[in-house]
Amino acid sequence: MPRNYILQSATDVFGKSVDVVIEDGAIVEKPALGVEHEKIDCSGLTVLPGFVDLHTHLREPGFEQSETVASGSRAAAAGGFTAIHAMANTFPVADTAGVVEQVARLGEDAGLVHVQPIGAVTVGLKGEQLAELGAMAQSKARVRIFSDDGNCVHDPALMRRALEYVKAFDGVVAQHAQEPRLTVNAQMNEGALSAKLGLAGWPGVAEEAIIARDLMLTELTSSRLHVCHVSTAGSVELIRQAKLRGIRVSAEVTPHHLLLTEDLASGYDPIYKVNPPLRKQSDVDALRAGLVDGTIDVIATDHAPHPKESKDTDWASAAFGMVGLESAYSIAQQVLIDSGESSFERLAEVLSTNASAISGLTDQGTYLSVGKVANLTLVDPEFKTQVESKTQSMSENNPYVGRSFTGGVVHTIYDGQFSYRNRQIVERSAL
Amino acid sequence: MRHLLSAADFSHDEAVAMLDLAEDMAEVNDREVKKLPTLRGKTVVNLFFEDSTRTRISFELAAKRLSADVINFAAKGSSVSKGESLKDTAQTLEAMGADAIVLRHSSSGSAFRLAHTDWVDSSIINAGDGSHEHPTQALLDAMTIRQSLNQDVRGKDLAGVRVLIVGDISHSRVARSNLLLLTTLGAEVHVCGPATLAPSSLVGKERVHYLLDEAIRQVQPDVVMMLRVQQERMTASFFPTEREYSRVWGLNKSRLSALDDKTIVLHPGPMNRGLEIDAASADSKNSKVLHQVRNGVSVRMAVLYSLLSGEKENA
Ligand SMILES: [Zn+2]
Repeated sequence: MPRNYILQSATDVFGKSVDVVIEDGAIVEKPALGVEHEKIDCSGLTVLPGFVDLHTHLREPGFEQSETVASGSRAAAAGGFTAIHAMANTFPVADTAGVVEQVARLGEDAGLVHVQPIGAVTVGLKGEQLAELGAMAQSKARVRIFSDDGNCVHDPALMRRALEYVKAFDGVVAQHAQEPRLTVNAQMNEGALSAKLGLAGWPGVAEEAIIARDLMLTELTSSRLHVCHVSTAGSVELIRQAKLRGIRVSAEVTPHHLLLTEDLASGYDPIYKVNPPLRKQSDVDALRAGLVDGTIDVIATDHAPHPKESKDTDWASAAFGMVGLESAYSIAQQVLIDSGESSFERLAEVLSTNASAISGLTDQGTYLSVGKVANLTLVDPEFKTQVESKTQSMSENNPYVGRSFTGGVVHTIYDGQFSYRNRQIVERSAL
Repeated sequence: MRHLLSAADFSHDEAVAMLDLAEDMAEVNDREVKKLPTLRGKTVVNLFFEDSTRTRISFELAAKRLSADVINFAAKGSSVSKGESLKDTAQTLEAMGADAIVLRHSSSGSAFRLAHTDWVDSSIINAGDGSHEHPTQALLDAMTIRQSLNQDVRGKDLAGVRVLIVGDISHSRVARSNLLLLTTLGAEVHVCGPATLAPSSLVGKERVHYLLDEAIRQVQPDVVMMLRVQQERMTASFFPTEREYSRVWGLNKSRLSALDDKTIVLHPGPMNRGLEIDAASADSKNSKVLHQVRNGVSVRMAVLYSLLSGEKENA
């Protein structure tokens, strides 16, 4: 099969019309003579660097009733992602070289997206002793990001050691910032609404207190910190100030925290139950501003599939989390482009290039650089769609069902080949 | 009305009408034959995921006095409770022919959830959901207050009545439902409790008080409603000791004497005598605790009657 394509008349992030030439999977300047190319009309489509998600729960091994690496890869391809970072809270936990290599291998087998494992910071995510971070870094999975996500590394001494330790291999600790003692049994954002609904509150300060502490520890250790799913205006401000001081911190925001607010909890439908919780409109506004001005570096999905029974309950019994891979682009477009607040250049940064830089993925986020393997996503900014419950993900805990979105992914090219073409998954076996 | 989920379900006029209906039911309760045939053939299920013998018995009696069949299902402690979900249990009971499900559950919003999903078609009555609401408690409290202030109660609301709710407001479904219903009926509701347990967002800053003596002085309440204190609040450092709690927020002889002679004292029960209320206050003539219990049966009859008699609405 030829892996030679010409994507004709696409629009690049600067608004220029381009013909993108791919030969043998790599970007070339012009078509070589004597080489046959498949020509694909991309007029009306915008070509973007393939999206990179820093925060994906793939659930395999251990929770394959929710998602597998293969099904999550399909959801990723459909969402325009060419790389996803598999969170460590599987069973067994991804806290050894063996598990991270297994996850990476499952990703290669699925072949639809680069599956980059994240390693646990502590053994079993228990927050007690460091996992073998070096072994995971030096494994075939080449782990650079470490996270106990789902849990906060709340012991300050342990967090300090982790930050120091990962410097040896240019690692980064991705913190799920949640002071556990301030969020015992917490169910939703703390405030007037939680008081009214009688649901235990999750105060913003529980996130901000950990971020403030971690920023100081990061400065102390001259290390690198990544803050997962920032959810409050206060957190944005802390990170903004830290960046001004030169602290090496990066931050992510989820699509749902950019779009949805706590008001959705009023109907007690746990489809809207997520951790950290949906906050207030003023927080959403601050997160959007932070995303536009560079305080927040990336949009990360925190794609968190759950089986139906985990949400088909009362609020308190339900699991936290929502799927997000397949709607991330539409929300990014709404927040950055359709709002008039920002540009496709910025969108490419927050959905791709910044994440690949944080994770040190040299083949991702390279966009149209000649000689680089093609990892590209083509979107139709005018495409209108209504979200359905059945998607590529195995799970349907999708808070956007029934909503209308503008802008959607049309093609995804991963590793020089289509993983998603004309809104259809291209299975690797079909190539 | 198809369900009773929240005290906010009532408009002013509906609340007054419901209290009037409860008075009708109270007359039945005073008869020698305390029974109406109204709900013959209907089945009421008491689905209690949390222990509350008092509330359960009150609903059971109310349903029986209306000639309904009653099934009591205590999910807590039963062999099937482990992992059995609200959805499965409710569906199972409805399959046995339930027309109404009286739900007590530790999770806030559970009654709302049961009513707004396609899980069951039955009428849902919220008999207490977590720290959220307990609307029939608010109805019985409103009924008790109305009776204590009027000779002829029918058609009357609670305009101008000053109510002081004392205790753990944060975690209290009784407080939430009373705040909604009594306010709807025109009362001026204040709350008092440790600052850790008295959120201002529910009533506004000017109606939150942190010290009971000051609150009594400032509010001059017609009604003092003492809430039950849960032991677990102390262990979670909401307040330091029982002794300190009762010293600052307990209703005792000296505070009782600071109240107007006609001020009534309510308590949703069961009382922690010596903690939030001392024996002298609990047994004083101001205490209407037993009226509350009696009125509980009447308001629950009124609610069941409203939801289950007559044509079933097309939902
Ligand atoms: Zn997390």
